[in-house]
Amino acid sequence: MTTIDPARTELQPSEPQPSRRSTGTRATRLVGIGCITAMGWLVAFGLGFSPADRDQKESVRILYVHVPTIWLAYLAFVVTAVSSGLYLFTKKQSLGWDRAAGASAEIGVAFVAVTLAVGSLWGRLTWGVFWQWDARLTTTALLFVTYIGYLAVRRLGGSHQQRAKRSAVLGMIAVVEIPLVHFSVKMWRSLLAEALVANLDGDLRWTGSCCSASSSASSPSRSCTSG
Amino acid sequence: MSTWKVACLIAAKDLRVERRSKIVTNQVLPFAGITMVSFAFALDKQNVLDTVAPGLIWLATTFSLLILVQRSFSIETDDGALDAMRVAGIDARAIFLGKAMALAVQLLVLEILLLFAAVVFYGESIQSSGAQGPVLAVVLLVTTLVSATCGLAAVGTLYGGLAAGFKGSETLLPLLTLPAVAPVLIGATKAVESAVGTAGAVVSEGWQWVGLLAVFAVAFGIGGALAFGPLIDE
Amino acid sequence: MSPAPSPSSATVDGPVIVLDDVVAVLGQFPALAGAFLTVERGEIVLLRGPNGAGKTTLLRLCAGLLPVERGTATILGFDLSTQRELVRPHVGLLGHQNGLYLDLSVRENVNFWGRTVGASTDEIHAAMARMGVAERLADIPCRKLSAGQKRRTSLACLVARRAQVWLLDEPHAGLDATGRDELDATLAQAAGSGATILVASHELERAGNLATRSVEVIAGQVTALGDKK
Repeated sequence: MTTIDPARTELQPSEPQPSRRSTGTRATRLVGIGCITAMGWLVAFGLGFSPADRDQKESVRILYVHVPTIWLAYLAFVVTAVSSGLYLFTKKQSLGWDRAAGASAEIGVAFVAVTLAVGSLWGRLTWGVFWQWDARLTTTALLFVTYIGYLAVRRLGGSHQQRAKRSAVLGMIAVVEIPLVHFSVKMWRSLLAEALVANLDGDLRWTGSCCSASSSASSPSRSCTSG
Repeated sequence: MSTWKVACLIAAKDLRVERRSKIVTNQVLPFAGITMVSFAFALDKQNVLDTVAPGLIWLATTFSLLILVQRSFSIETDDGALDAMRVAGIDARAIFLGKAMALAVQLLVLEILLLFAAVVFYGESIQSSGAQGPVLAVVLLVTTLVSATCGLAAVGTLYGGLAAGFKGSETLLPLLTLPAVAPVLIGATKAVESAVGTAGAVVSEGWQWVGLLAVFAVAFGIGGALAFGPLIDE
Repeated sequence: MSPAPSPSSATVDGPVIVLDDVVAVLGQFPALAGAFLTVERGEIVLLRGPNGAGKTTLLRLCAGLLPVERGTATILGFDLSTQRELVRPHVGLLGHQNGLYLDLSVRENVNFWGRTVGASTDEIHAAMARMGVAERLADIPCRKLSAGQKRRTSLACLVARRAQVWLLDEPHAGLDATGRDELDATLAQAAGSGATILVASHELERAGNLATRSVEVIAGQVTALGDKK
C-alpha cells in the first residue's frame, strides 16, 4: 500500500507564487541588464581593445575565459559544500540549502566543462597538445566527473528529504575526496609551472574578475529555477 | 551488543552468503582473470606488459570492485534486508564497517590471485636486489595490498550503500567510485612498481605511496562510517 | 548501536502504544492528522481503511521511521519525539518484503538477527519453533520457501531479535489459503505470548477474525477507538 506518493509532494511549491511566468524581481532584472552590458564591454575589451600578449600572442585571450570560469567553478563547489553542510548541520534542515547546493553544483559543472574545453584549445596553441597529464589538469578532470556523479545522485528517486540528505552527504564527501585526489595526482606528476592563476599580471586578473563576477551574477537565476 | 560485534556479525553473514552463492568464485574471479588476459591482447608486447603490469593488476581490481560492491548490496536489497536492519535500529556504522570488512576480505583474495596471474602471464617477480634482499619488497607489497584494499572497500561500501536499491545504481556506481579511487589506483600502482622493480624503481620509493594509501583508507573509513547513516536513511 | 536495553527494561505496565492527537507529515502533506490510539500488550489490532488513508504512515510512525510533528506518541514507554532510536530495537515492521537473505537458510537468517541482540542458541531455536520453521524448513535456503514460509521466517527473525511490537503491513498479501491459516495461527500464538500486533489489511474478514479489535483509519485520522470483542 502506498499511502501518499512522495514524488508528488515535490511538485507542490513551498509557497504560493503570485505569477508563474517569472521568478525575477526588479533587482534581478537590474543586475541582469548590468551583466549584459558589462559582458558586452568585456567581449569588446577582451577580444579587441586589449593588446596581444608578447609571448602567447592572440591566444592569451583564451585565458580571459579560462581562468575566470575555473574560479567560478571552484566558488560554485564551495557554495555546494557549504550549503550541504548547512543543510545537514542546522537543526531545521531547510530544503532551501539543498536547492542552493544543487543549483550551485550545476553551475560548477557547466563552468568546469567550459574551463576544460577552452583550456585544451589554449594547450594546443601554447604546448602543441590538447591535453597534458599534469596534476592540475588531471585533478580538474576528476573534479568534473565527481560533480557529474553528484548531479546524477540528485536524479535518483526517493523523497525530497531523502534526496537532500543523500546529496548533502555526497557534497561533504567531495570535500574529503577532492583534496585527496589533488594531493595524490600532484605526487604523481606535475609538469606545469606553479600556479598559473596566481602569477598573472594585474591587467589579466582585473579582466578575469569582472568576467567571473558578471557570469556568476547571471547564471544562478537561470539555474535556480531548474533546481 | 557493541558496534564492533555487530559489524563482525554482518561481515560473517556477508561471507557466508558468498560461500553459499559462490558468485565471487564463479563469476568475479574469472572476470578478473579474463581482464588480465585481455590486457595482454591489447598491449601486445612483452616489454610493454612488463612495464605496465602493476597498473593492470590494480585496474582489474578496481573493475572487480565495482562488481563486488554491486553484489554486496544486491543481497541486501533483494528482499529488503537493508531496510530491515535500519528499522531494527542497527547502528549504520556497524553496517558500514561490517560490509566493508567482508568486501575487503574478498578483494584481498582477488588481489593475491591477480598478483599470481601477473607472475604467470606477465613474468613479474619480486625485487630481490639491495641489502635486505626480497624481504623489504615483500613487506612493501603486503602493506600496499592491505592499505589499498581497505581504501577500496571503504569507498565501495560508501557509494554502494548510497546507490543501493535505486534504479540505475549499476551505472551510477562506476561514475561515483572511479574518480574517488583514483588516489588508490595511482598510489598502489606506484608502490607495487617499487616492490617488483618496474623500470628501475627501488623499494624505498614505495613507502610514500603506502603512506598515501593509508591516509586514504583512514579518511574514507572514518568519513564513510559517519556518513553512512544519513546516506541509507530516508 | 544504541545500548540496547534488555527487553525487561522496556517492559512497562500499562498500554504498549499510546498515540495522542499525533500529526505526521510526508513531504508537505499531513499524512496523519490527529491519530488517537491506545493498544494494550497482547492485543492484535486491525487497521482498516481505504488506500492512502494513512495506515502505512501510522505503522511507519510507530516504527520510529517518521518524525512526530505534533502530539505525543509513546511506544513501550519511549517517547517517539525524543527517543526514536531507542524504540526501534523493540519494534518490528514487516512490509511487502521480508528482509531475508535469500541465499541463507532459515536457521542462518534467524540466527543472524538473534545474534545482533545477543540471543542464545536456545532462544533462537525457540523463536523458530514458535513460528513453525524449526523442523523441516530450518536448513532450506530461503529462496526455495513459499511466500507464507518466508513470512513466518521473517516473523521468527522478529522474535529472535526480541521485537515486542509487530507492525504488519498487509501480511496476508500474496499468500495462499494454507499460508494464511498458518500465518494467522502463528500471529495468534505470538500475541498470546506477549507480542503486541498492529495489522494493516484489506482482507477484513480474515484479519477481522484474527484481531481482538479493529480501528478505522480515514483521511489520516484514527478517531474510533474500536470495540473490544
